[in-house]
Amino acid sequence: MSRYLLDKFLYTVDRDPDLLERYRQDPRGTVAWWEAEMANRLLACHEQERSSWLAFEDAEREALATHDYPALFALGAHPFLTLTLFIGLFERDHPEPLGFQRAYAARLADWLGKPYPDISTC
Amino acid sequence: MAPLVAVVASTHHPFYYRASTQPPDQRPASVDTWVRKIEAFRETLRVAEPDVLVLVGSDHFHQLWLDNMPQFLVGAAPVYDANWYNEEREFGLPRMRLQGHPALSRHLLRRGLDLGFDLAFSNELRLDHSVTCPIITLRPEADLPVVPLYTNIFAPPMPQPRRFVELGQALRRMVEEWESDERVAIIGTGHLSLELGGPRQFGPHGPDPAFDAKAVRWIAEADVEGALSEVTLESLAEPGNATHGFMDFLLMMGAAGPGTPADYVDSLDLFHTMEAYFTWYPKEGT
Repeated sequence: MSRYLLDKFLYTVDRDPDLLERYRQDPRGTVAWWEAEMANRLLACHEQERSSWLAFEDAEREALATHDYPALFALGAHPFLTLTLFIGLFERDHPEPLGFQRAYAARLADWLGKPYPDISTC
Repeated sequence: MAPLVAVVASTHHPFYYRASTQPPDQRPASVDTWVRKIEAFRETLRVAEPDVLVLVGSDHFHQLWLDNMPQFLVGAAPVYDANWYNEEREFGLPRMRLQGHPALSRHLLRRGLDLGFDLAFSNELRLDHSVTCPIITLRPEADLPVVPLYTNIFAPPMPQPRRFVELGQALRRMVEEWESDERVAIIGTGHLSLELGGPRQFGPHGPDPAFDAKAVRWIAEADVEGALSEVTLESLAEPGNATHGFMDFLLMMGAAGPGTPADYVDSLDLFHTMEAYFTWYPKEGT
């Protein structure tokens, strides 16, 4: 379980316009590159100062590589980060206002009335 | 001692800027109602004639991140740039630049630490919409110096709801103990029931209208004990998965003075969330 790393992916892609477009065009390739190059970057430090232990689990990597936001919700990725990033990725494909946001809610409808997944990272 | 001239609590809705800057002949009537309500609310701050604003809000994973997460943080910079690329992208928010007030920042940090709140600080802080929305709605001239106070309502583990009330009470005391004749207003924004990134998001109204009605009553009366008797970190997930933002309202109820009814109360049932606006004009001993 590496919710923190899932959140770190969503966070770093959401804030970078070039990376956001790259992830839209090539999700699997971007996730592979990100895990190799970025997963162990300490964000506020010089790039040579790295962690050594962060890696996705298979289900996490696959959810990111397939833009599968219902799976990310189920895995406990932070819902605000997932929503914000996926609006940036796909809102443009839905001409009506809030069309993507409503479709997003509908795809999560099986969770209505149930406790949501734990999103804590510690 | 510094006069605390207003305590203002509000929801923050990042779509207000875009909605209100549409040409009037192209926007729906519901936006006109929203603008009228905001302009009336703005007047409640203007008449208090503040010189400096303490802004309570919560960074939405912009600068504050899970590798180094403060629970409560006071901005201590002379200048704050504001709004981020993803807020520009999603909400059409403008880039902004606000003057800071380092002397008041220093005072709040010193007194806060001495009163038992281990406040983090930041000498270089880019603000986000939790703080710029109330500037846009309440002080669009953006001409007053500010001191931001960020709370963690986003990343568990979070402080308990009662701690927010206590910090609000302490914040008021700190302001009133500040050796200055500058007129201070404390403005804080939070949420009523809210769902983001879940199945109840972006419905025709907020995800839990019954909670919203209760919450507006609690805030309007600053009924801290009533709120705390029903609200826990666990229960706040029930009205909607982003409803922990209500804890910023608890902080403002502490600042207003528990049991002190607001002098101004208004609300507006919008799609996907309820908006609510409150102003207190503090009197000594409340």
